[in-house]
This record gives sequence, C-alpha cells and structure tokens, in this order.
Amino acid sequence: MSVLSPTLMSPEAAARRPWLEHAHDWVVTVDHKRLGILYVVSGLVFFVVAGIEATLMRLQLAWPGLHIVPPETFNRLFTMHGTSMVFLVGIPIVFGFGNYLVPLMIGARDLAFPRLNAFGFWIFLFAGLLLHWSFIGGEGLSGSGSAPAVGWFAYAPLTSRAFTPGNATDYWNLAVFIAGVGTIGTAINIVATTLTMRGPGMTLGRMPIFVWTMVTVSAMTLFILPPLSAAQIMLLLDRFLGAHFFDTQAGGSAVMWQHFFWFFGHPEVYVLMLPGFGFVSEIIPVFSRKVIFGYATLVAATVSIGGVALSTWAHHMFVVGMGTGLNAVFALSTMLIAVPTGIKIFNWLATMYGGRVRFRTPMLFCCAFLFQFLCAGLTGVMLSVAPFDWQLSDSYFVVAHFHFVLIGGLLFAIFAAIYYWFPKVTGRMLSERLGRWHCWLLVVGFNLTFITMHGQGVLGMPRRIYTYPADRGWEMWNLVTTLGVPLQIVAVLIFVVNVAVSLRRGERAGDDPWDAWTLEWATSSPPPEYNFETIPVTTSRRPLWDMKHPDDPDGPHE
Amino acid sequence: MPTAQTPSIFDPVSSPALAIRELSFVVLGLSAVIFVVVAGVAAYTLVRFRNRPGDGRREPPQVYGSTQIELAWTVVPFLIVMVLFLVTARYIYGIEGRAMPSDALEVTVVGNQWWWEIRYPRLGIVTANELHVPVSDPARPTPTFVTLQSADVIHSFWVPQLAGKMDVIPNKTNRMWIDPRVPGTYVGQCAEYCGTQHAWMLLEVIVHPRDEFDRWVAAQQTPAVTDPAVRAGRELFLSLSCINCHTVRGTPANGVFGPDLTHLMSRRTIAAGAARNTPEALRAWVDAPGAIKPGVRMPAMKLAKSELDSLTTYLLTLR
Amino acid sequence: MSAHTAVHESTVGHEWRGRAGMIGLIIAESSLFGVFVVAHLFYTGKSVNGPYPNDVLTIPVIGTICLLSSSVSVALGARALGRGNVGRSGAWLLVTVLLGATFLAGTAREWHRLIYRDGLTIATNLFGTTFYPLVGLHGSHVIVGLVMLGLCCVFAATGALRAVHAARVEMVSWYWHFVDGVWVVVFTVVYLIGR
Repeated sequence: MSVLSPTLMSPEAAARRPWLEHAHDWVVTVDHKRLGILYVVSGLVFFVVAGIEATLMRLQLAWPGLHIVPPETFNRLFTMHGTSMVFLVGIPIVFGFGNYLVPLMIGARDLAFPRLNAFGFWIFLFAGLLLHWSFIGGEGLSGSGSAPAVGWFAYAPLTSRAFTPGNATDYWNLAVFIAGVGTIGTAINIVATTLTMRGPGMTLGRMPIFVWTMVTVSAMTLFILPPLSAAQIMLLLDRFLGAHFFDTQAGGSAVMWQHFFWFFGHPEVYVLMLPGFGFVSEIIPVFSRKVIFGYATLVAATVSIGGVALSTWAHHMFVVGMGTGLNAVFALSTMLIAVPTGIKIFNWLATMYGGRVRFRTPMLFCCAFLFQFLCAGLTGVMLSVAPFDWQLSDSYFVVAHFHFVLIGGLLFAIFAAIYYWFPKVTGRMLSERLGRWHCWLLVVGFNLTFITMHGQGVLGMPRRIYTYPADRGWEMWNLVTTLGVPLQIVAVLIFVVNVAVSLRRGERAGDDPWDAWTLEWATSSPPPEYNFETIPVTTSRRPLWDMKHPDDPDGPHE
Repeated sequence: MPTAQTPSIFDPVSSPALAIRELSFVVLGLSAVIFVVVAGVAAYTLVRFRNRPGDGRREPPQVYGSTQIELAWTVVPFLIVMVLFLVTARYIYGIEGRAMPSDALEVTVVGNQWWWEIRYPRLGIVTANELHVPVSDPARPTPTFVTLQSADVIHSFWVPQLAGKMDVIPNKTNRMWIDPRVPGTYVGQCAEYCGTQHAWMLLEVIVHPRDEFDRWVAAQQTPAVTDPAVRAGRELFLSLSCINCHTVRGTPANGVFGPDLTHLMSRRTIAAGAARNTPEALRAWVDAPGAIKPGVRMPAMKLAKSELDSLTTYLLTLR
Repeated sequence: MSAHTAVHESTVGHEWRGRAGMIGLIIAESSLFGVFVVAHLFYTGKSVNGPYPNDVLTIPVIGTICLLSSSVSVALGARALGRGNVGRSGAWLLVTVLLGATFLAGTAREWHRLIYRDGLTIATNLFGTTFYPLVGLHGSHVIVGLVMLGLCCVFAATGALRAVHAARVEMVSWYWHFVDGVWVVVFTVVYLIGR
C-alpha cells in the first residue's frame, strides 16, 4: 500500500497499483469529480434497470389480454419504473453533472463541503439498493410483499395499512426519504459553493448558464424536498403508529397527501429539466460558434421558472374537485411558466441563427432535443387548460407528455452532455459514428413510441392498467407504441458499447477538443485532483474566448 | 342496444364533453401554429447556417443579444397566455359552475375496489357498473347530476364521450353532470390507480329514449323475481355467506359490501366488465372469482358442483 | 497567465462557506416544519372525538421562557468565544444547555400527562395525530442542538475549544436560534390558534 497520493506518482506507477487500492480510492473519495462520475454511472445503471421494467410493461400491453406478467407484478413494475427514473436516475445524473462541473466552471477546487458530498452519494446508493431489495426482501401479510405497487406518487389512502398490507409500501417510503436526505445535502453544497467559492473575476453575472441552472435547482430543492420528506414521515406515522394524517376513515384527508406530494412533485420535474436546459445552453453556442444569445434573459428565465414552478403544483389535481377558483388559479400559473420556458427555446434558436453549425454528436442530440422539447412544452400548455385536462388527466396523453419532457427533453440533453464532457472526464473522445447511430435510432424509436402514445390517451385509455378490453379500438396504437421499444434498446446498447470501446481506444482528447469557452476546458483532460494548477482569472462570461481572441474580448459587449 | 365503441374524447355526445372538444380545437390549433412556426424557424436555421467545408476557422459575427427582440418574444407569448387563460376560465366556470336544475335525475355513484355502485336515491334503485340515464334533448335539457363518493380508496369516474373525469375520493363528495343527446352505450372506466384490479373497473353508461328509460326504472324498482322452480338455489343462497355482502331486494339478503344482485341478469357484464354476463361466466365467477379477476375481494365459495349449479340457476332468474 | 493572477481563491471570507451552508439547512428545515404546521392548522377543529385541545392543553410558560432566554445565552456564548474568552463561552453554553434541558423536561412532563391522564395519543384523533409529530419534531431538533452544544461545553472544559473555532460555534448558535424561532411558530399555532 503506497503512502503517496496517486496524483503525485508517475502515471506508470499509478497504473500498476493493485485494483483493490483503486477501488479503495473510489470508495473513500471526497473529490467532487469522482463523486460526480459515481453519481452518473450509478444513475445510468438504474436507468437500465428501469428500462427493463418499462420493456416488460410495453410487452404486456402490446395486445389486449396478454399474460406476460400478472396484474400484481405489472403494478409493481410501473411503480418501480417511475420511482427509479425520478429518484435514482434523473436526480443523480443531474446532480452528478453538477457535482463534476460546477467547481470547474466557477474556478473552484472542490465543493464547499466535500465530506457532505460523499455522504450524499453513498446515501443515495443505499436508498437505491434498499428500494430494489424490496423485490426479494419485502415479504408481508397474505403474500402482499415484494416491491411497492402504489404508483410513484403513492396516493393515500391506497398506501394505508388497510389497503396495502405488508411492507412493500414502506420500502418505497423509506428509500425515497433517504434519497431525499442526500439530495438536500448536495443542494446545500452547491448553493454554498456557488455563493462563496467562485474564483477570481467570476462574478455571478459571468457564471455559465449551466451553473445558474444548478444553483436554481439546488435552491428549489431546499424548498420543495422537505415537504415530501414531511409527508413521508406522516405516512410512516400513519402506517406504524396509528396516526390519521391521511386516514379518511378517521376524518383525515386523502387530498392533503396530494397537495404535499405535488408541492414537491411538480417543481421536482423542473429540477430535473433545468440542468438539461443548462447542458443545451453550453453546447449549442460551442457548436454554432456563437455566444449564447441573451445571457441575461436566459438567467432571468431560469430563475423565474424556478420561482413560478413553486406555484403550479395543483395542475396535477384538476380532477380532484378543488373548485372553480383553484382550478382557474393553477391553470393560470401553469400557463405563465410556459413564457420563460418558451423564451429559452427562442434564445437557443437565435444563438444558432447566423452561426456555423457543426453537427457533431452533442449537437445532434441538442437538435433532437429542440424539436422534441417544443412538442413536450406545447402538450404541457394544452394540459394546463383545465377542462382539457379533465378529459386527459390520468390518461396515456399525460404519459406521452411527460415522457416527451423527460426522454425527448432531458435524456437527449443528458446524452448530449455525456458526448460533450466525456472527453474532459476521461481524456478520450467517444466515437462519432457510433454516436450518430445511437442518436438516430433513439430519435426514431422514441418518437414512434411516444408520438403514438398521445393517440391512446385521446381515445380514452387510462394509465396504470395492466391490460385493456379488446373492443375499445386501442390495440393498434398499443402495438405501434411497443414497436418503438426495441429501437430504443438497441440505441442504448450502442451507447454502452461506445463508452466501453472509447474508454480504451478512443482518440485522445487533449484539454479543449471542442474549441470551447468555459473554464473547465482550461485544464487537462482529465483534470488533476486540484482542478487547476493556477486558477484562471475570469474576465468575461467566456474566459477562454477572451484568451483565444485577445483582440475582441467579450467584456465590452456584455 | 349498440355495442361498445371507442371512447374518444373527440366523439362527444354530452354538453361537458362537447364543450371540452370545442376548447380543445382552440388549444390544438394554437399549439399547431406555434409548433409549425418555431419548428420551421429551427429547421431553416439548422439548414441555412450549417457549417460548410469552405468556411475555415473564422468565427461568425458574435451577437450577444437584442433588447427589442427579447422584449418582443417575451411580451407576445405573455399576451397569448393571457388570452388562453381567459378562454380557459370561461370554460371552467361554464362546465363546473352549472347549477343543478330541480328536475334533474340524481344519481349517486360509489367507487369500490373494483366495481361501481350506482344508486338512484329518489327512485329507490341500487345497481352496479351500468349507469342508465334518459337521453337529453338539447332544446329542453334533462341532465343527470352524479354525486361521487368512495367506499375505500381514490377512484375516478371517466366516460370520455360524456364529460371530463372526476375523482371519487373517500371522505369527500364530488359532483358532475352529463346530458347525453344521443341514445346508445358509452364506455369508460376508473381512471385513478386504485389497486390490483384497477384495469377491470369498467363503466357503461346506457342512454335510453325517455319511454325506454321509464320502463327500465319500473323494472328495476320491482323486488327480486321469486321463481318457485329455483327454490332450492334460493335457499342455498340465503344460507351461505353471500348475504353478508350482497343485497337481493325481497329476500333477507341485505349486505352492502358487494354489488346489489336484485336485477343481476339485467346487466351486460359481471365483475365490472371483466367477464360477459353469461351462464358459464357467472358459474365460473361464483366458483372462483380470483381466476377471472385475481385479487378481487369476493372469496371463492368452494361449493360442490351440484350446489354450484343450483346456485347459478337461481342467480340466472334475477332479471 | 497575466501578472496579476490572484493569490486568493475565494471571493468571500471563509466563514461564509459555513454560513451559507447553515442558511441552506435552515431553509430546508423551515420547509419541513412548515408542512407539519399546515397539517396542524388544516385539521384544527376537525377531530371527530376528544380529547380536544381546549380540554387538555395548558400553555407551557416556563418552558417557553427557558427556551427563548437560551437564545440570549447562546448568543453571549458565541460572542465570548469570538473575543477569545473560552471560559466565559463555555459557561454561557452550559447555561444554554441547562435551559434547553429544562424546556425538554417540561415537554416530557406534558406528554406524560397527556398520554396517561388525558388519554391522548397519536392515534386517538386528528388533534393527537398532528400535535405529537409537530411538537415532537421540534423536540427532536432541540435534542440535536443540545448534543452539539453539549459537545461544545465538553470541548471548552477540556481546552480543545479555542478562539479559531468561533465561526463554527456561531453556526451552532444560528441553529439554536432557528430552533427557538420554530418554537415561536409552534407555540402560536398549537397553544394559541389551535386551542
């Protein structure tokens, strides 16, 4: 066992260390870069698991009356799929990127609280394993154990002991609660870092848009995640100590769970999406060879989305019977949030306009993102029209809408980010050829599945049903929806192969393979443990543009 | 009676659903225009400004922003949103704010895991899974006002061709209304996940011409048929725990946990749509409900074959 | 690299890192408490059976006075350490711990009476359902605060606590102020409004 820090050894000596030492380094690390990688890799693993769950569901629904999985299993599949995708895939990947990039982008050497950071990762991993342990460990009364089957938003009173005996629901409750604790810690970390540890010259107004999105979602997390934790504590008390928070038989309110949950749940999807916007805001300018159009409005739009998102939650409850006044109020707030969101799209278009667009893989994913997210946003505006939502809430139209947001929008942005920053993280480029196959197959498969899915919704098919009658005219729609799945699976497999092959044989990247402008490209690929030998002085929003174009720096234009 | 059809939201026959379709045309039209314009600009931009090989390493002119343009594309969407909201509010109040006329037909629907209890309080009728209503003439509407309650967890009452859905929530009473203008059968189902058999909590709304509806009411109001030929089956029924859950008016059976069976054979399906109401299916259901609808609350009666036959023969007389 | 490459690597003083972190924690915790407060207010007057708040709640005057004065003592303790006076700091922190412990003892007595004399448990009715978690959540935060303050006292006594730690003790004091602030809200909601 060597006493020397690996960064002080020669590369040959570092490579010769026993794998156990490597593993130990990764387990005890408090380095934001390593924790970022751990977050993203874990998130991608859970992504594959949740994708398998989705595949089983789509197989079951491909035709009416199939028996691929029994009803109880199907109900567990959609619960685990939704819960995993939000808490074990989306959040970790987004905060993982934040972890890796924020200190580099603002010229810091690490996050404010490195040990808290490590704690956050390991507690998330524990929570993910706990949730999946329920598949084998959660036996309960009358065989009603196993994984939770209450849906990812776990409405009361279905979650009460009376209607869900056994411990399956407790696995959901505790795992999500524990994951939430970790996320709150990371959010505190990011806010403290961005406010107090920016490098010389890095004013708030010069931070990359991605950092603004991370700070916004971290601040949002501080406000919205505790209400979920509170509701989960209440559910725990109901289930174990006989409390009556959501016990309708004792005068409790089932709707109160929905208010608390969605007060968290709606802003949560903006927490997922805003960093996706951040990725796109970094990548489009570099591949259009133009500065981002309207930095200030983009920042204002980001922050206002974060704020307004806190006021829109009950659009998930338009059919609960809140009354005309509340329905109208929440319809309005939901429509309003479309304004800053739409502005972002215009800003990106204006950035590309007049540029020299290079269609490398990150940009391909961003282009798909633009069209798909436009569609997602528009179906969202449609659903904000409350009477329209009275028809389509809880139908496959909503499922299509949010998959357009989360896959068509967020996942494509995440893949763009991976292709863009993989060279920085690993020192090697991902294959362009495999990347193009990945992107196009995913575009075709995703749209085949999810554009079609709007049809089932409009034809009256509700969500969360394990099969459907044969005489409602839904068969062909479901079949076509399912046909998109194998294409998406192949696309993801190609991505996995791309990563595996490129790690070993990818072209060497160098410090700045994309000719980009933010601080992370001013250090080696991968960066040393201390990030920068000397922290660069920031002179504008594009410090590297200033260095490369000393005759025409950004400063006077900003 | 026409058979079931596709419950499309674009095929409405009742005022709430008609209003929503009207509104949806506005919304879809607006969205389509926005999509075409924005996607068009995006496509044009990507094609027109793509990097061509001869461009070399020169960077294009850097444009940092434009206050006028950014103001314009903030104000215009904001105005569109305001207009959309005002239109929406009008429809919200128009549909939800409708007061119940004193001569409306009142129905109470109680959601159970996993079937619907349908009561007509002023007519003294209790049935299950099928909601029968009279057709409504748009010139002189005769709407049906539905009161929604739950016996256990949250369900949702959704018949797309008649109205938007409304949740059925324990410890809360919700209300909605329909006024179907065309006779026929309109299908729907529970639209809020409520447990294992949420998928088989189907709904049928049968809209009758007025005289046909009155005949249906009269038939439902009579107590259960007492056919002497099935006396053995009836006594078996009354001696078993069936009566703890089911009601058959005119007999001592008055359980309320399961569907009212007084006019069981007047319904098209059993098990909330999981099976057709045929003698074979009925027999199989009584024998082992879990085989047709796994997880259902009704226990398997585990009767001997002859008892099962006798019981089924009795049930088949409950027209 | 230009000649005036900065030596300092953070744009604000070091103690602001901890302050930003503690403020973040306080925001999150306020949100947590907020939901329990909302639940309590929503269910006020909705219990279907007794005991009702009016019957069994007595205003905890002594406990409240102790807890609120402990905010003064903790502030004095943090300030003393900032001026380098470890002994005085330890003393004030000890006073804080004792005042906090008195408050907790009062809560414990109140709960004992409610459970055994009045028959009010978390499962009795909606009042019990919201009262115990809200007051209990606050009480658990008091316990955490007392543990941290207790450790500070121990370190002061053993000589491990020094003036350089003033910023950290200040953070503990901020936490304690937050706990007191929450009590003001809980007190108002439970003992004034809710009765």
